[in-house]
Amino acid sequence: MIINMNARKWREIKQQIGFMAVQLAAVIIFIILGILLYFIFSRGITVISWDFLTKMPEKGMTAGGIFPAILGSFYLTIGAILFALPLGILAAIYMTEYATQGKIIRIIRIGISNLASVPSIVFGLFGLALFVNYLKFGVSILSGSLTLGIMILPVIIRSSEEALLLVPNGFREASLALGATKWQTIYKIVLPNAIGGIITGAILGVGRVAGETAPILFTAATFYIRKLPNSIFSEVMALPYHIYALMTEGSHPKEQKAIAYGASLVLIIMVLGINLLAIFIRNHYRRKKKW
Amino acid sequence: MQLKKKKEKLLEWLFLFFAFLSNILLVGIIIILFKESLPLFKEIKVLDFLLGRHWYPTYDPAEFGILPLILGSLWVTIGSLLVAVPLGLGAAIYISEIASTSLKEILKPVVEVLAGIPSVVLGFFGMVVIAPFLQEVFKLPTGLNALNGSILLGIMAIPTITSISEDCLSSVPRGFKEASYALGANRWETMIKVTVPAAFSGISSAVILGMGRAIGETMTVLMVAGGSAVIPHSFLQPVRTMTATIAAEMGETAIGSEHYYALFGIAVVLFILTLIFNIIADLVAQRFRKRIV
Repeated sequence: MIINMNARKWREIKQQIGFMAVQLAAVIIFIILGILLYFIFSRGITVISWDFLTKMPEKGMTAGGIFPAILGSFYLTIGAILFALPLGILAAIYMTEYATQGKIIRIIRIGISNLASVPSIVFGLFGLALFVNYLKFGVSILSGSLTLGIMILPVIIRSSEEALLLVPNGFREASLALGATKWQTIYKIVLPNAIGGIITGAILGVGRVAGETAPILFTAATFYIRKLPNSIFSEVMALPYHIYALMTEGSHPKEQKAIAYGASLVLIIMVLGINLLAIFIRNHYRRKKKW
Repeated sequence: MQLKKKKEKLLEWLFLFFAFLSNILLVGIIIILFKESLPLFKEIKVLDFLLGRHWYPTYDPAEFGILPLILGSLWVTIGSLLVAVPLGLGAAIYISEIASTSLKEILKPVVEVLAGIPSVVLGFFGMVVIAPFLQEVFKLPTGLNALNGSILLGIMAIPTITSISEDCLSSVPRGFKEASYALGANRWETMIKVTVPAAFSGISSAVILGMGRAIGETMTVLMVAGGSAVIPHSFLQPVRTMTATIAAEMGETAIGSEHYYALFGIAVVLFILTLIFNIIADLVAQRFRKRIV
């Protein structure tokens, strides 16, 4: 009887220890994020001002603002989405509306999944060889946008697919029953009903692209430009690359570090802001849905 | 009517083409990587490239052995798993099995925000916060080393591991757990002996995906791992990964030089490694789906 009691107690204690261990893991992750955000916010906020956001860099990157880097990131991101979104939607339409289960769809899925797993620096080399050197686009907004666009294509395809799948089949059947062709059904019924989800996916893609550095190292980014870019063939400064360059190049580590804090904070706010926007839009469309 | 049908058929072919675009791009990447690295292998043997112990691309004569870089990548990747698996999996178990609904609502976004932090910002954090800390604690000449890289890669891999594992754990059928409770097991015993084993293949697939992420990650390791291309034997030593080598050196090489071809050669190795990780993760995940459904 006593042994029994002890065994039960021991099991009870083991459960307590187990619960505490996994809870500790969750708490540690929470703390890591807290420390990270605390350092970047507390140091970065002292650097950020209106001038910091809107002025050109001065005195060899040791003073002034980061406007060209923000603008460059904006161009690259927009370019990447303009390229990837239409292609991604078209691919997703095939996957959800036309494809029947089978070999073709399996091969396509393998392609999408493996493209998604290619390391970002490999995309950078691909962009360097194909766009910069072979097609002679040079180190430019165009080369960088295409490289980034290819990188997020799998993300866009997947999120668009999910959005299309959420449209109830009854909608399609009703449209077909009224004599509409398949394409008319897709164009007039399925796409308009999936647009909220597609936009959400695209914005999440923007959030990812905005923070990427490796793909633009050799295809678009440069540490310093004298003038703002005036065509898609201009090279640009970009926010993530700027942070990297401030920390690894130049000869005034102390001043550059302060600017890097500010730039990191701007980048984090941008990326998190974009993600929040995506969530907001998703909720907005969800509320509008009538099914 | 005939025309309409033709148009419909044409559109279907068009969509099919775009659906295959990912495959086409993948093949394109493979062709370009090989094309840009093959000239090197006219000069040196593939085995000398893979197993050579010296990476001296700018010496005369230059040496292109990438074994230290491969081992550097594996070293920090394994280190990152030591950080990410206990934390990521523990948090997944906590979120899916123990946490109350309101706690879940806090913890899930925390993981998502962590996933959204750009790698360059993590690298920056590693340089300005973790490096001085490690230098102080271990009395090192520099805090930019394999340990720092492992910690940061681990932080990066946590969201992948946590969110996928959590999905797998919550998709374990309730009947499994109820049967275990009915046999007298308590909640912890049920988790460890029933739920986690049932989700094991899904969790493994999450870990392998996290590994693939870590081995392909560039900016953080470039910024914090220290960058010396020697065969690693300690976590407190600077190491250099394949990704960091490409990122650091491609900017200074002339197109068509041996060095340029060698960097593409590294990319081929990296590409094949991540491909293998991804395929294994896919196969394991399929097994999980078959077992559960």
